[in-house]
Amino acid sequence: MARTKERWGTRLGVILAVAGSAVGLGNFLRFPGTAAQNGGGTFMVPYFCALLLLGIPICWAEWTLGKRGGQLGYHSCPAILGQLGGSRIWRYLGVMGLLMPTIVYMYYVLVESWTLAYAGYYLFGRLDLGSDPSQYPARSSQFFTNLVGLDQDGFMLQGGLHPSVIFWMIAFGVNFCLIYRGISKGIEKFCNVAMPIMVLCAGAVLIRVLTLGTPDPAHPDQNVLNGLGFMWNPKPIGSAHSALSALADPKVWLAAAGQVFFTLSVGFGVIMNYASYLGPKDDVVLSSLTASATNEFFEVCLGGLITIPAAFIFLGAAGAVGGTFGLGFNTLPVVFAYMPAGRWFGFIWFTMLFLAAVTSSISLLQPVIAFLEEALGVGRRASVTILGLITALGCLFLIYFSKDLAALDTMDFWMAQLGIFILGTIEVVVLAWVFGARRAHWVACQGAELHPPSWVFTVLMRCITPLCLLTVFGAWCYLYAGDYLRSLARGGVPLAAVGIIATVLLFMLILVHLAGRRWDRADADRLPPSPPGPEDVG
Amino acid sequence: MTLAGWLFMSCSIGLVISAVVYCFWRVLTRPAASGHMHAPLDIDVHDRDLDC
Repeated sequence: MARTKERWGTRLGVILAVAGSAVGLGNFLRFPGTAAQNGGGTFMVPYFCALLLLGIPICWAEWTLGKRGGQLGYHSCPAILGQLGGSRIWRYLGVMGLLMPTIVYMYYVLVESWTLAYAGYYLFGRLDLGSDPSQYPARSSQFFTNLVGLDQDGFMLQGGLHPSVIFWMIAFGVNFCLIYRGISKGIEKFCNVAMPIMVLCAGAVLIRVLTLGTPDPAHPDQNVLNGLGFMWNPKPIGSAHSALSALADPKVWLAAAGQVFFTLSVGFGVIMNYASYLGPKDDVVLSSLTASATNEFFEVCLGGLITIPAAFIFLGAAGAVGGTFGLGFNTLPVVFAYMPAGRWFGFIWFTMLFLAAVTSSISLLQPVIAFLEEALGVGRRASVTILGLITALGCLFLIYFSKDLAALDTMDFWMAQLGIFILGTIEVVVLAWVFGARRAHWVACQGAELHPPSWVFTVLMRCITPLCLLTVFGAWCYLYAGDYLRSLARGGVPLAAVGIIATVLLFMLILVHLAGRRWDRADADRLPPSPPGPEDVG
Repeated sequence: MTLAGWLFMSCSIGLVISAVVYCFWRVLTRPAASGHMHAPLDIDVHDRDLDC
């Protein structure tokens, strides 16, 4: 079947789309909490090391794989890895590039709908924590519990339609409407509008936070400078005395590597898919760097200056610590309740989070849409329908099993913490060892406006990055995997969540097998353009 | 806010802002590249008709 060969409209469009994919809730909620709990300012040392040794090389690897795959006419992770790896085993391992976006989308769109719900409640003045400040934290916590059904399973599907289900349906519908419109008319146009709006919204909240001064004269120590200090002052870890002791703690390095991976959206197969819609003479090196730098701007310059300082100013040190959800949906509403004109700043903040989440969640859908089109030979309408059904079923599972967010946490652990390292390693090995580091450098330099030295591919990407990945992966397994495996042995919701992941994996593997036959037949019918060999590199 | 805190914050933010400004300057000072429409699309406009 003849189909539209999609392309990005403009270069700035693809950069903003990739940056939009990377900028999400993690930039504003996960990063500040992780940094404050892992040494404060000291955390930035392992963070920037991980960015240089893992993040940027793997970004370049994904962009290069995607660009070359697109030249061969493929846009999905299994097809690209299978073609460039030259073996069926890489095609089957590439299923990770379908499994992860699908599963992560199931819970990400749910969290996205919470941000939409908060924005809506703030806009209409329905998020009222009362007039007694001492009751703010309890009321905020109760509001979140009621919204997501934290205290019992099936809470939102009992009786009438729970408001959070309505918000989920809206968020889900927005995503699929955008993705149905395609690469240029859907994703690119939306990101071109959403990204500047996000900068404006975050900038407005940042100015508000930095001009708060000392809002409560009864607590003169809770001021802007001390709030920034709580985030950025080097802090000892545990019982250590030295402020730089965080640098000797492997858990801090692991947290930094995990944060860099998560924030850049590497190891999801998303960037590879996006880059496959580039032309053969389009730049990947500078575009990749620009997208990564934009993501870092949102994370370090906006996220690092807003969330924790704001929480500290109103709630002190005890209120400024917490996980992603605790900080975002329990603490910040309390902060906005204290803040002058907090209702409107709450609306701006959660609208910005919603836009950030949408730019990320649509990027999770596109790789699977592309695969379904390639694998089944169907058009966009059919592929969107199939993926919509699969992800809707997964979302309903998560909506039903909402108690303590056990199902969501399990999926997040196996996919966004473990899976990204696995796929990231596979991508780097295929590019630097199987496809060839020199050949990859040649592909990356085609049309590049910034030429990376060849050692970035032949030494860094071939040796150092895989070594770092394996070290991080080994340390992660040693420190954390045991607890999660033991929780699975107890059965219940976590085991059911893993069952969902396994079912989707099996389904995807069958599709990859069927698609492989189709691709083999297609390859037999045509002579693909042979990739340049090392002899061409000169 | 300690001196070390100021140092870590200003270095981190300065580094990131420098990278963003440099990258966007490189991208945007080549208008032909940044606003460049890619090669004519290979469009078969019957795609969605064939879909159902």
